[in-house]
Amino acid sequence: MQLIDCPWCGPREEVEFHYGGEAGVAYPADPAALSDEEWARFVFHRANPKGPLAERWSHSAGCRRWFTAVRDTATHRFRR
Amino acid sequence: MSRVDGYGTRIDRSRTLRFTFDGREYTGHAGDTLASALLANGVHRVSTSVDLGRPRGIVAAWSEDPSGLVQVEEPFPEPMLPATTIELTDGLVARGLPGRGRLAEVPDTARYDRKHTHCDVLVVGAGPAGLLAARTAARRGERVVLVDDRPAAGGSLLGTERICGRAALEFVADTLVELHANPDVVHLQRTTAFGHYDDGFVLALERRTDHLGADAPRNVSRQRVHRIRAARVVVATGAHERPIVVEDNDRPGIMLAGAARDLLHRHGVLAGREIVVFTSDDAAYDAAADLAKAGARVTLLDARDGVPAAGARRCAEQGVTVRTGAVVTGTRGTEHVTHAVVGGEELPCDLLLLSGGWNPVAHLVSHIRGTLAYDPALGAFRPGEPADDTAGDGVTAVGAANGTLDLAGCLAEGAGERAQPVERTPTKVLWRTDGDPTRQFVDLQRDATVADIARAVGAGMRSVEHVKRYTTIGTAHDQGKTSGVIASGITAELLGVPIESLGTTTFRPPYTPVAFAALAGRERGRLFDPARTTVLHPWHEDAGAVFEDVGQWKRPRYYPRPRETGGIEDMDAAVLRECAAVRGGVGILDGSTLGKIDVQGPDAGAFLDMIYTNVMSGLKPGKVRYGVMCGLDGMVIDDGTVLRIDPERFCVYTTTGGAAPILDHMEEWLQTEWPHLRVHLTSVTEQWATFPVVGPRSRDVIGAFAPDVDVSVEAFPFMSWLDTHVDGIPVRLARISFSGELAWEVSVDGWHARAVWERLVALGGQYGITPYGTETMHVLRAEKGYPIIGQDTDGTVTPQDLGMAWAVSRKKPDFLGKRSFSRSSNLDPLRKQLVGLLPLDPDLKLPEGAQVVELTDALPPPPVPMLGHVTSSYRSAALGRTFALALVKGGHARIGERLTVPVGGALVPVEVTGSVLVDPEGTRRDG
Repeated sequence: MQLIDCPWCGPREEVEFHYGGEAGVAYPADPAALSDEEWARFVFHRANPKGPLAERWSHSAGCRRWFTAVRDTATHRFRR
Repeated sequence: MSRVDGYGTRIDRSRTLRFTFDGREYTGHAGDTLASALLANGVHRVSTSVDLGRPRGIVAAWSEDPSGLVQVEEPFPEPMLPATTIELTDGLVARGLPGRGRLAEVPDTARYDRKHTHCDVLVVGAGPAGLLAARTAARRGERVVLVDDRPAAGGSLLGTERICGRAALEFVADTLVELHANPDVVHLQRTTAFGHYDDGFVLALERRTDHLGADAPRNVSRQRVHRIRAARVVVATGAHERPIVVEDNDRPGIMLAGAARDLLHRHGVLAGREIVVFTSDDAAYDAAADLAKAGARVTLLDARDGVPAAGARRCAEQGVTVRTGAVVTGTRGTEHVTHAVVGGEELPCDLLLLSGGWNPVAHLVSHIRGTLAYDPALGAFRPGEPADDTAGDGVTAVGAANGTLDLAGCLAEGAGERAQPVERTPTKVLWRTDGDPTRQFVDLQRDATVADIARAVGAGMRSVEHVKRYTTIGTAHDQGKTSGVIASGITAELLGVPIESLGTTTFRPPYTPVAFAALAGRERGRLFDPARTTVLHPWHEDAGAVFEDVGQWKRPRYYPRPRETGGIEDMDAAVLRECAAVRGGVGILDGSTLGKIDVQGPDAGAFLDMIYTNVMSGLKPGKVRYGVMCGLDGMVIDDGTVLRIDPERFCVYTTTGGAAPILDHMEEWLQTEWPHLRVHLTSVTEQWATFPVVGPRSRDVIGAFAPDVDVSVEAFPFMSWLDTHVDGIPVRLARISFSGELAWEVSVDGWHARAVWERLVALGGQYGITPYGTETMHVLRAEKGYPIIGQDTDGTVTPQDLGMAWAVSRKKPDFLGKRSFSRSSNLDPLRKQLVGLLPLDPDLKLPEGAQVVELTDALPPPPVPMLGHVTSSYRSAALGRTFALALVKGGHARIGERLTVPVGGALVPVEVTGSVLVDPEGTRRDG
């Protein structure tokens, strides 16, 4: 079982965490101005690279804070 | 008897133990294993094989034994244990197992538990390398955990060796004294590290009481799973001897050379008197010499042409006949081996020992995807260099586990130094000799032969992983500890490719079988999953409630009463009675499981405006509003009421199941998108108990309960709330209805919940107040068309689909889901929409989940176009008939139409109606 570094609590076991998908996908400033396709891209589409990816994680069984971490999707290693 | 004097470092000859095997009584000594005690009694045949029924015996000396499985009956029933790993206890009863075990039929009353341990270094294996590794780390001041799966430390040491000029076992004892004196060292014997996972996480099973037999104390857990997190892991797990596959190599009396040597030195058992040793490796020379010295006549056949000088000298001293370039190609005997076939010659023997070299026990390296590389000098796979940063950081293999087979080298590597190269006659890699492949057994437990591998290769298998699955080699209890590499080697030979190009199968946890009871630990029965009960649970039990599980909650489903005709009401009868009581008088429900979230802060209103589809910021203190929450995709995720406490504080009610996920949902948006909003969220679900008091007589009950409160419709209108005190108890009253009836929700802190509930029940007595459960609640809400999120919705349903466009704000510039409502698919008039269904037969209750199709007398050939499905279906006391809610394509436009619901073989005609079937005008709301 992997250890994940919570910025508030330190390294904890992965079962304490909740995965939130790709990080840095900002909520559109004016959703009404988007086309259906643009809106669907925001709601449904996320990057899925092989390699490093900035992701949202929540220490859901601990401090319950959300944070961003870079993880290699091929090796599962977090960038320290 | 095969016991010889002057040997047996592990047994106590002064203590005799009685045991029963296959119905016969025997004796052994303390320190014996079941296997050593059987062999001491001359019993070689342990069972018959799983498919072919061939006699089988003991092959190896410890957990790698592929052959001698037994079923233990006493003191603790357990199937499929290798006789080699069972420590003998007085009164042990066991029998040989032909491949398949039998689970105990009596409940397992033993305790199992787990323990978490953190350390700098975990050393697995307390042989010479492991002991040195543990001592070296401990002397550095590191926190050390040392685990070993055998009863005593020392690993492969037999007692004949010398370390630093002293007897090896004395060195072991001294090292343990030093380690035990160190408070930062944890040392566990009888503890198998069975799984190695990411970041130094190792699971180890400690067998704590089995070796005590009937004397095992009841207050000590039988087995314990240690969850060890180590910064570094030192794998010092030794090596397994590799047999050479020959024809009829499975007879009792054929074992590994090291196993026979082990039995002699540890248990004083000389397993044969007329011994043939067949080897292609140096180590067997020591075994041959030791066994000859103990009194056996030994012939050693070396497949190699050259012999190791030292080994040959020792053998000569003990009178061992050594023949080089000699190969065993078969055996004779039925119940026991009688001859080894060497060329055209048949050598008589009562013990045939095989030794083809040594396989490093690298399982714990392989578990975490560490690479294993083929070493041609060993004829085996050993830990290689870590390929990338995915595995192997912080993991070191030392000693025999690293392919270093000499004692000095093991000690050096354990101490963190480089082993000096030693003079060895190279092992001749010999997977098998000539013979009939259908009788050359590779995996004894699976009865799998060289012929099976040939069949797999003939069928086109090219990967050892495929061959493993096709032949089942390496899938038994021993997981191919002695057969795996041989299977790879023979596959490579048959394919005509080097073994390096094939590699070996991946080792996966567990290293040895682990009982589910141990993995479950204390989390069994009642402790498997927490059951949540409301503070009123004992009252409900006393009232005879039948409970249903709602998530982890136990909620009263209905309260059956005795029938006048005798017996007790069934659910249908109880629910009809409860429904009629509520709509005709007054009922009371324990709604304490509803999720409650305290939302506080200057921006609380703005926050809830983004979370809900309707406007919450405009709600006035003292007022209540129903709201719907959607995801970004515009689909309903929860609903409930919101009470405004003051300008900066709201109390949000969620569904019972939504309590935790909706709090998480709110936190996520608050933290990740709107950190500028000054809002705090706290779950108060457990702090409040909530009781809806429902029905036309509820005003009488609440008026009597809170005489200081004006409960008239003018003073206390629908969707308002207030705080008051009743006999000094703070109580919150809210006019909220989930049934369409006049109703109040009474909320009180948990400490006073029972007193308040009992008072309400007492005051309602004259009005026939009836406690009702979730089933009646569901019927009442369905009669009014109120959806249950998760039952009438499934994550593809919008508020508009539910007929709740009124709950979606047109004024707010944005909220979660808003933009999705205008997507073209959300505007499709053929979306599934919530409607009511009335079966034309008023007694017929549609099954929930039934499909809805166009009105028809006969189904068209499949695929039949589906219009939707029934989401809720009940028998209504108010309507005097059955009814259902359903999601139907374009349902709102179909009201008044007839459709068909196929139920079993029947085609049930139904009429589509609006979803509100009882009191659509809302006249009952104010009583």
